[in-house]
Parts: sequence; C-alpha cells; structure tokens
Amino acid sequence: MLQSLVNWARVKSPWLVHVNTGACNGCDIEVLAALMPRFDVERFGILLQGTPRHADVLVCSGPVTRQVKDRVVRVYEQTPAPKFVVAVGTCACNGGVFRGNYNVLGGIDAAIPVDAYIPGCAASPPAIIDGVVKLLLKLQGKAG
Amino acid sequence: MAEIKVPIGPQHPALEEPELFLLTVDGEEIVDAEARIGYNHRGMEKSAEFRSYMQVLYLYERICGICSHTHTSCFVLATEEIAGLEVPKRGKAIRTLVGELERIHSHLLWLGIAGHEIGFDTLWMYSWRDRELVMDILEEICGNRVNYGINTIGGVRRDIPVEKIDDYLKAIDILEERSGYYAKVAFEEGTLAARLSGVHVLTKEKAIELCTCGPTGRASGVATDIRFEEPYFIYDEIPFDLITWESGDLFGRVVVRVLELIESCKIARYVLQNMPDGPYRLEKVPKKIPAGEAVGRYEGPRGEDIHYVRANGTECPDRAKVRAPTYQNIPAVVETLKGSYIADAPIAIASMDPCFSCTDRMAVVRDIRSGKESRMRVRDLSKLAKEGK
Repeated sequence: MLQSLVNWARVKSPWLVHVNTGACNGCDIEVLAALMPRFDVERFGILLQGTPRHADVLVCSGPVTRQVKDRVVRVYEQTPAPKFVVAVGTCACNGGVFRGNYNVLGGIDAAIPVDAYIPGCAASPPAIIDGVVKLLLKLQGKAG
Repeated sequence: MAEIKVPIGPQHPALEEPELFLLTVDGEEIVDAEARIGYNHRGMEKSAEFRSYMQVLYLYERICGICSHTHTSCFVLATEEIAGLEVPKRGKAIRTLVGELERIHSHLLWLGIAGHEIGFDTLWMYSWRDRELVMDILEEICGNRVNYGINTIGGVRRDIPVEKIDDYLKAIDILEERSGYYAKVAFEEGTLAARLSGVHVLTKEKAIELCTCGPTGRASGVATDIRFEEPYFIYDEIPFDLITWESGDLFGRVVVRVLELIESCKIARYVLQNMPDGPYRLEKVPKKIPAGEAVGRYEGPRGEDIHYVRANGTECPDRAKVRAPTYQNIPAVVETLKGSYIADAPIAIASMDPCFSCTDRMAVVRDIRSGKESRMRVRDLSKLAKEGK
C-alpha cells in the first residue's frame, strides 16, 4: 500500500537535474526547449532543479571527457536514491562522432549506469519526451 | 579572516556547461576571480586531422550546437579559399540566410537565459516560445533543428523550398514584431534596467585592451563586426546597421542583442526577397584540396570566429585550428567580476553568452581528494593520439 503510494508520487513528479558532461550544447538546448511552452514537459510534473540533491533523474548529455568524469561520478553520488540516469543524444549513448578522441572516454555509461538512452544528434524534444515517458512507465512497473 | 573561495561550476544551475569559475570573496564582494576551463575539451582538432574535408565538416558542425553554422561556415570559407572555389550566388545567399536565422535563435536563447539568471522567468518563457518559430524555419530549410548540416564545400546541400518563402516571411514579421516588443521591455520596463544598469561596467579602453569581440565588445562601444570589416557571402550587398552601445554594462549587452535581433530579421527578409537564381552548389568539387593555408573569419552570434586551415594536398587537412569567440571574451568577464558582488556573478558570466564547448583547448585532470594535478602535455597528447585511445 505504502509502496504504491510512493510509486505514484514518484511517477507524478520526477524532478530533473541537467548535467552536461562535455556535450556540444545541441542536446542541452533541446532539453531546455522540451521544458519550454511549446513542448512543456511540466505537464507530466517534471521540473528542472538546480542541484542534484533535489533530483530524481539525471539528464546527461554529451560524451564523458577525462576532465569531467570525476565530477559526473560525484554528481551521481550526491543524488539521493532511487535515482535514474537518462542519456540524451548519440554522444551520450556511445560517444558518437567524438568516439575515439584522446580526451573522450565514451558514452555516459563509461562513468555511471544509465537507465534510458535517447539517440539523435541532437535529440529532438519529441524524442526526449518519448524517452522520459518510457522511463516513467518503467517506474510504474510497466515494461517500457 | 581566511579567504573564502566560492566555486561556480562545473555543475551549476547558472551554467549550462561544465566550467568552473572560482571566486574569492570577502563578505559579499568578489576580490578575485579565476576561470578554469577544459571540462568540455574533446580533442576535435586532433581528430580532424584523420578525417576528410567532408567528414571534418560533419565533425565541426558539432563543435557547438548553438552556433554550428558559424563553425562550418568559417571552415568552408577557409577551405574554399585554399581550393580557389567560387560558390554560386544562390548558395551564398542560403548560407547568409541560415546564418542570420541562427543569430536570431541564438540571441533569443540568450535573452531567455539572461532573464532566467536575473529571476525574470517570464522573459525566459516568452523568448523561448518565439524561438520555436525560427527553429521551425530552420528545420524546414535544413532538416534538423540543431546542427543544420546545410554547408558543404562548394555551396549548400539543399535548395530552399520556393513555395514556402511567403510563410517564412510571415514568421519573420512576427519575430521582428516580438523583437520590437523585447526592445520596448528593455527600455521601458524599469526592473530590467534597475537590475542591470551600471553593473559590471567594461570601459571601452578596457574592452579594446582585453580584445573583446562580438556583442560583448559592441556593448562597450567597440565597433567590431566582421560582416562590416571583411564582408563574406553576400553581406556587402545587404543594407543593415552596426549596433553599438556606449554604456558597457550588462544592460548594454541586453540592448545590443535585442537590437541585433531586429537587424537580423531585416537581413533575413532582404535575403528571402532578393534570393538570386541559379545553382546553389558547384557541380564538381575536388576531394583533394591543394597544399596551402588560409584563415576564415566569420561573425558568429557571439563574436568573431576564426578557423585556420592548412592543407597538404591530400584528402585530409594538415591542421584545422579553431578560435571561438567565447575564448576571446573570458578575460573581460573575469576582469569585471573582480570588485563586484557575488549576486551578480551568474548574470555576469552569462552576459558574454558563454559557449565553452567551442572554447576548450586543453584538459587538466585533477584528483579532487588528493589535490594531485596531471596536465596533458603535447607529448602526452601525441602519444595518446598515436595509441588511438
């Protein structure tokens, strides 16, 4: 009973924090565009937070560079459990066009575990909304 | 009292990108500021040396998602100069059009972020709503909202749909009207001027001394614009004004960008109404670019972008160096941060429209707990590159 209440609360108000791990900004502006009036993911109760300590979902964009890796792991550790990681964009999924560069370790999963991958260069707001909704379905226990 | 250091970044709500500004504060006042960049360094210049010119174009599109057309345009300008290619006029016009639409989208984006930084979220929502109009045009012309992929060596990849030009003109009319509204907000809405006037003043002398470029410099009265100084594409035919503002404070940077929005709308309309006929790309473009070197200069939304390309007669460039405008503007912002208040720091950093993904040239990996620092030297980099990691 209590668990279903907690689940309901989680699904209705997932709070995001946006982590750029070395992206080209393309996915970042699309993540913000998804929060803006045209696409408006706030209708799902999704809010952008300033600090990982308030967040449930880490929205990561970009390949993980050598310099930023420790910071990403720290941000992940600061996020209270249960936490979910969404990798936005092709670079975040596997390194994309930057794969193989000397300063790039690979996708987000080179640093932290990832729950949902959203491909696209840059991932468009509809794709981001689709990915987030699938994550919410997963949270509800329905296979997404 | 021991000095207190306040880090802004690398993960900070005021910064979209992972960068660190280390502020030494005394009470509310900032006594020293230091910018540490490099979190976004991905080693693109090195990897460009192993790719053909067309692949480099694809790669350099992704230097920065906001000013992606800037970087490809700059690169093709340099490459076409080496190869001695003359782009058809329609191709140049389409490049100019996409460049101006990009400037509109970038300035609207910046206006929203700046509004957010000073707690004016209504402006954020408004400007991002209007930005969707220009994103729609870009998506129809180029096929993608971000990273347009319109440039190719010797022209552009797609023609613009002629039957849609009227729709675009209507959208640009709406955008111009909205830009006028923002100008009205900036001049008449008291809170915006009260929050930003006289904050972080960068004098004209200081701006010239620190080599600022783009809107940051123009807000301090430095009349610098590559579209005037060294017209590329078809800018020499287009009538438009160079916007400068004398105040040098944050308010001036808002005013310059808002007035530039209106100018960009005018340029885009002029190009759409006077679209030259003919082919939009060259039929044949050599795969191998003859040996030589050239510098491309382009006025991006943030300022002057410079690409240096050296060709060695093969399919791959020998060197393709990028100097992005944000790199040029960081010293000015760090300078004005000193002596100001900590509450002004986020908007001060945002005021230069930072784009660190263009900027980062070198990475410093530091173990936070032990404080040990490992710098990447040139020989380390070349070793890593040879290992192909």
